[in-house]
Amino acid sequence: MYTFSNRLKIGSFIAMAVGLIFLVIGFTSAPSTVEEAKAIVASAHHDDHGGGHAEAAEHATEDTHGEAAGHGQEAAHEEGHDASHDEHLLHQLQNRPWSALYVAAFFFFMIALGVLAFYAIQRASQAGWSPLLFRVMEGITAYLVPGGIIVFVILVLSVLHMNHMFVWMDADVVAHDKLLQGKAGYLNPTFFLVRAAIFLGGWIFYREISRKLSLAQDEADDNTNFVKNFRWSAGFLVFYLVTESMMSWDWIMSLDPHWFSTLFGWYVFASMFVSGITVIAMVSIYLKSKGHLENVNDSHIHDLAKFMFAISIFWTYLWFSQFMLIWYANIPEEVTYYIARFQDYKLPFFSMLVMNFVFPLLVLMNSDYKRINWFVIMAGIVVLFGHYLDVYNMVMPATVGDQWHFGIPEIGGILFFGGLFVFWVFNTLTKHPLQPKRNPFVEESRQFHY
Amino acid sequence: MASKVIQALYNDDDVLMHAVKKVRAEHHHIEEVYTPFPVHGLDKAMGLADTRIAITSFMYGCLGLAVAIVMMNYIMIDDWPQDIGGKPSFSYLENMPAFVPIMFEMTVFFAAHLMVITFYLRSRMWPFKKAENPDVRTTDDHFLMEIGIHDNEDELTTLLWDTGAVEINVTEKES
Repeated sequence: MYTFSNRLKIGSFIAMAVGLIFLVIGFTSAPSTVEEAKAIVASAHHDDHGGGHAEAAEHATEDTHGEAAGHGQEAAHEEGHDASHDEHLLHQLQNRPWSALYVAAFFFFMIALGVLAFYAIQRASQAGWSPLLFRVMEGITAYLVPGGIIVFVILVLSVLHMNHMFVWMDADVVAHDKLLQGKAGYLNPTFFLVRAAIFLGGWIFYREISRKLSLAQDEADDNTNFVKNFRWSAGFLVFYLVTESMMSWDWIMSLDPHWFSTLFGWYVFASMFVSGITVIAMVSIYLKSKGHLENVNDSHIHDLAKFMFAISIFWTYLWFSQFMLIWYANIPEEVTYYIARFQDYKLPFFSMLVMNFVFPLLVLMNSDYKRINWFVIMAGIVVLFGHYLDVYNMVMPATVGDQWHFGIPEIGGILFFGGLFVFWVFNTLTKHPLQPKRNPFVEESRQFHY
Repeated sequence: MASKVIQALYNDDDVLMHAVKKVRAEHHHIEEVYTPFPVHGLDKAMGLADTRIAITSFMYGCLGLAVAIVMMNYIMIDDWPQDIGGKPSFSYLENMPAFVPIMFEMTVFFAAHLMVITFYLRSRMWPFKKAENPDVRTTDDHFLMEIGIHDNEDELTTLLWDTGAVEINVTEKES
């Protein structure tokens, strides 16, 4: 049995507390009136931190940003232009702590969901190497419940107009926007929440039933639980593929409701899959270094590192396929998405590519390096931060536009959800022995050698 | 110079693996082992050095990437920068996404083909090459271990019978 080390527990509580304080600071420092918003932008203008921000603030006074269209500005009220622009700026600044919260909440939630997909694949494909890691994966997917509920609550608060992240939820905007009216059959608050509840309910249901069968298999004297788990996993993968794709349209793509991309679901999937695998590797290495998981050997870590390497490249493939097709054809209605990111998000946009592609490509290519634990941990940290930035780049340009910073609310979001994640995952790991007893493949997994 | 070798035949890869370990433990140098299929772990048991072909492949891949970049930079940017459908041919970077598919394919092409050619050269394989096979059965269902004889024929013969050989031949080998 694993016991939650006190230092880790206290560390996770401190992270949560500090994160919470930072988030509160973020929410309280957001402007509540147009005048305050203008003052903030003006002071940022005079501040000397980063020439890029000053330039970004300059942009705010022109009407070049693509998502401004969502606020119905193209409707021809010329004299009201300045006022509606100021209000747009206010909304962007008010969105910032919300977006920081949402990015971090979604990022840690998607790790758990990615691990769940990986786990279901291992079960459905009857992989012989991984059963030793099933308890670790089940521990990580436990975060689906609190993480999913928090994401759902944020979505409910968005529907209740606590923030302006999803423009299509604003009835006034939709009234002036033909495109959004056309999409209202799908993008309407009620159906949106119903869908979210179905997705989350399905994922959590599979997670709970699979965990129950997995534990029951340890005590059973035949393999019926294992076979049932296999069937549930295969069924879940079908459900997951459909719902994950729709979730990415709902929760991420609808932030830019004028824009659409057909492979977006796959792209989000690759991001969550590689983050999930990375976290499995990191948690396994941590537990092994503490003397638990004595049967997990270098070959298991090697396999996980191979997955990290391969899925990192898969993510890049999808990223590039999405980007290059849009860049090449240069159709105005699609290309605004990348123009906003190129103009205002140069640093996060390109550093994400380096962290998610170039770094793992070079570091994890060598077969020997994939067996060195600290190498995998180091690559894992970079990959995880890269994928945080990936979510950041998907959400922020649509919600805060050029008013982005990486500061107190963002760090607070990472700390709070990171602490919660660590606490929840390691707390679940203490509940049951870390090695499955009667899994039909556990002996093969124990002997696994590459 | 012609030298004498002893050839022990086995009909099971497990027996062969044990034999290889035993012969190595007795400090006899194994000249060669002929098998009809790859025997997992045989290279480790024989103490062969790891292959470096993956490293050559990586370098060939870098070469291919460089070739693709230099080629397209010269053709599309330096030599005749035309406006083709509004693509920005002002600098390589500006038009780079359009070149990535070629950069990728050239990297793979060079890495794969040059690695295969390296493999052929290094293992001395080519068309019309005379097959080096001491016994035709080794391509079907027998395993053959070949050890050089240095005035210890009797000792080796007993050792090899002990390891479970099904047949032992002593032959002259011209080299």
